[in-house]
Amino acid sequence: MTPVLFDAGLCVLILGVALASVIVREAFAAIAFFIVYGLLVAIAWTRLDAVDVALAEVAIGAGLTGALFVGAMSRIAQAAEAQAAPRRHPERLAVVGALLLCGGAGAALIFTVLQLPEVAVSLASLAEANLALTGVTNKVTAVLINFRGYDTLLESVVLLVALIGVWSATPDRFWGGPPGLQLAMTQDSVLGFFGAILPPVGFVVGAYLIWIGSSAPGGAFQGGTVWAAMLLLAVLAGLIDPPLVSKRSLRFGLVLGPALFLAIGIAGIFRGSFLGLDPPIAKTLTLAIEVGLAVSIAATLALLVIGKPRRAA
Amino acid sequence: MTSALLFAFSGVAVIAIGLFGLIGRWRIERRVIAFNLVGSGMFLLFGAVAARRAGVDADPVPQAMIITGIVVAFSATALFVALIERLVAETGRSTLPEDTPDEDA
Repeated sequence: MTPVLFDAGLCVLILGVALASVIVREAFAAIAFFIVYGLLVAIAWTRLDAVDVALAEVAIGAGLTGALFVGAMSRIAQAAEAQAAPRRHPERLAVVGALLLCGGAGAALIFTVLQLPEVAVSLASLAEANLALTGVTNKVTAVLINFRGYDTLLESVVLLVALIGVWSATPDRFWGGPPGLQLAMTQDSVLGFFGAILPPVGFVVGAYLIWIGSSAPGGAFQGGTVWAAMLLLAVLAGLIDPPLVSKRSLRFGLVLGPALFLAIGIAGIFRGSFLGLDPPIAKTLTLAIEVGLAVSIAATLALLVIGKPRRAA
Repeated sequence: MTSALLFAFSGVAVIAIGLFGLIGRWRIERRVIAFNLVGSGMFLLFGAVAARRAGVDADPVPQAMIITGIVVAFSATALFVALIERLVAETGRSTLPEDTPDEDA
């Protein structure tokens, strides 16, 4: 089978599951299709030579987003049971209008893509030429932590702001309580079994991904997400309780990564530029930032999935 | 046709499909899935367009920006979901007031 044929088949599958996740009637079926969609798109990323993106897509796009949707959907379905009553049939005119609008937007985008020059403008050679200054050999990590460090710094702050937003939706009476619901899970269930077996392995895998990120696909986001998944598994299996949202050590862990990144960035001012990493110690600084970020990312992502406090302290 | 263009067009189609879900679905929990499809399609379009290259290595800058984008999209989705849950807790329904037809009000 030729590669192009494989890619064409992959595209057909991607479009099929994307369409299914929009048009199926059952909300849970839509989520299932969305998770499959994420896995297929991750394969597409490997075909585009973007293995770092593929890892992020699998871990966050398919895995964590899927877990978030499943949890939220079951709670919404319970609370909104009364609304199931009359099924509405959309007016034919509205459907035709929506189809025309989406088709038009798609056609305009395809027209734009066809107008682009044959070969994309690439910063690859520029990144290659300056790679020695960063101390790392994975160019994506060099861009994330060094060349475009401000993107990543602000992104880690966006994560924190989102968590503050999620917690802000807490009703007053539950404020300060532990996030999520009380789970009644027995240790001898399947989940309890995997909750005990997987986290030690997963934490090593996450640490490996963070460490290897300087020279191969991986890094703080991919490794931190694996850690977040292990934290979630341990919480779901009832092995650990999520900490009270008012706990000081929790909040310290949440801001550790962005604060460390910012401190190193400010220290850079005295050696040249804000967020500039001094070439001789750039690798050490990069690894320090990645480890700090991974801790904060793991805690923040896990708490974003668990959600707001739903019981009193 | 090269594979990069194939994936770029698929990205466009996913954007269109997501847009349709965003318009055609009343339940907000379905709209948030559609919203994620639009975002994911844009990443695919961006990454695939950047991957049309001749002989040089893959460009790391769009890849880093897409990784950042995936994380930011997840944060926005988590916030979106928290707001939906609060809406359902307050009103008992997961549709916006202006989308609620008179007959079942």
